[in-house]
Amino acid sequence: MKTVFVTVGTTCFDALVKAVDTLEVKEELSRKGYTHLTIQMGRGSYIPTKTAGEEGGLVVDYFTFSSSIADYLKSASLVISHAGSGSIFETLKLGKPLIVVVNEDLMDNHQCELAEELAERKHLFYGRPQTLNQTIKSMDLGTLIPYMPGDATPVAKIINRFLGFPDI
Amino acid sequence: MPFEILLSIVPRFNLKPSITHAHEGLLPWPSITIIDQIEQILVVRKLVLIMEKGNGCCFSIMTMPNLIFILITIFIIFIIRILLVIHQSKKPLHYSPPKSVSTLIVLGSGGHTAEMINLIRVLQRDRFTQRVYVAASTDNMSLQKAQVLEASMVDQAGLDKLKETAQFMQIYRSREVGQSYLTSIGTTLIALGHALLLMIKIRPQVILCNGPGTCFPLCLIAFLFKVIGIRWSSIFYVESIARVKRLSLSGLLLYKLHIADIIFVQWPHLQKKYPRTRYVGCLM
Repeated sequence: MKTVFVTVGTTCFDALVKAVDTLEVKEELSRKGYTHLTIQMGRGSYIPTKTAGEEGGLVVDYFTFSSSIADYLKSASLVISHAGSGSIFETLKLGKPLIVVVNEDLMDNHQCELAEELAERKHLFYGRPQTLNQTIKSMDLGTLIPYMPGDATPVAKIINRFLGFPDI
Repeated sequence: MPFEILLSIVPRFNLKPSITHAHEGLLPWPSITIIDQIEQILVVRKLVLIMEKGNGCCFSIMTMPNLIFILITIFIIFIIRILLVIHQSKKPLHYSPPKSVSTLIVLGSGGHTAEMINLIRVLQRDRFTQRVYVAASTDNMSLQKAQVLEASMVDQAGLDKLKETAQFMQIYRSREVGQSYLTSIGTTLIALGHALLLMIKIRPQVILCNGPGTCFPLCLIAFLFKVIGIRWSSIFYVESIARVKRLSLSGLLLYKLHIADIIFVQWPHLQKKYPRTRYVGCLM
């Protein structure tokens, strides 16, 4: 079982849910060997079509929110996410292949900066809702570089020194 | 004041108190009956003329320069004090540190909170205590996450001690997404008032924040406390990792206004763009 997990976090991102619900994207995912598609649709109003996987198609399921997003991420083989930094780093730390889809409807879209930067560093793939099927088609999971989690210790050390606390 | 001057002069010239009508703009001439010497008349005339002209005007001519002088002096002292505070804030605290410092931690939404929790995890709990977590009143998730973190840290010592070391508070948000600008003036004032109340109550020695809009009013109030001398707090701001090319509005304000003692950024090229920030790796 190879599951694709789609997450929009706490946002409303119908464009992404619609995009993964299209036949082109589903076919592309099947071709890549994925068997299940689980969509966390958040506050969006577009309801994707549930399918049980007849005729060799994807098994599609969806829900709005869950307290166990981490479990879904852990069991996924591929994650398609909105550009929120929480979702991005949670996925990267689990070492899961990730496609970040940027929400172009947001006014102050500084979040695409992060996704672009991480895509340039080859930690993830980065795309738009309209071209999601092409992103999936052209992606090569072998080119991804695992993300090394950051470390807050240097920041804590500087704060300690600034306040006059001795180093431990 | 001119009225008092006038009264003090009255006995000298043996004038009836009716001359005080001049104060109300009436000419005192017809009511003066006891003047029998021409010199006196001339002097009184002069006096009346001055009062006619002046009444208030002579008051302002006399005292305005003083008032302006006092205001300018206060202003200059205030500016010098602000510059001193800014200068002092850039330098590490040299005195031997107290055993612990009360710490205010400003939480934001989702990603912000995750970053902050990563930082709190590596800070020495015995040094940074008591910890007060503040989050927007519309955000329940962040305080929950902080509570989980605090509970996980005191597992050994017992949960009873939790109340002594950590507090959790909510703060009004100045503006919700999609709120109209007209109503947001009122809500901003309420939010500022609430922030002031919280800060008076907490008076933290250390403030840690990483980007939600709620942190700016709190930091500004903390800075004013430093200027006035209510409480010296060290303000540390960590710009969110989501900011790759430029600082967020909160970060930029704290940077430009020199309010934060240290601003950390999480990308090296961001540090190059804002030279007074520091880059020592990222939190995520």
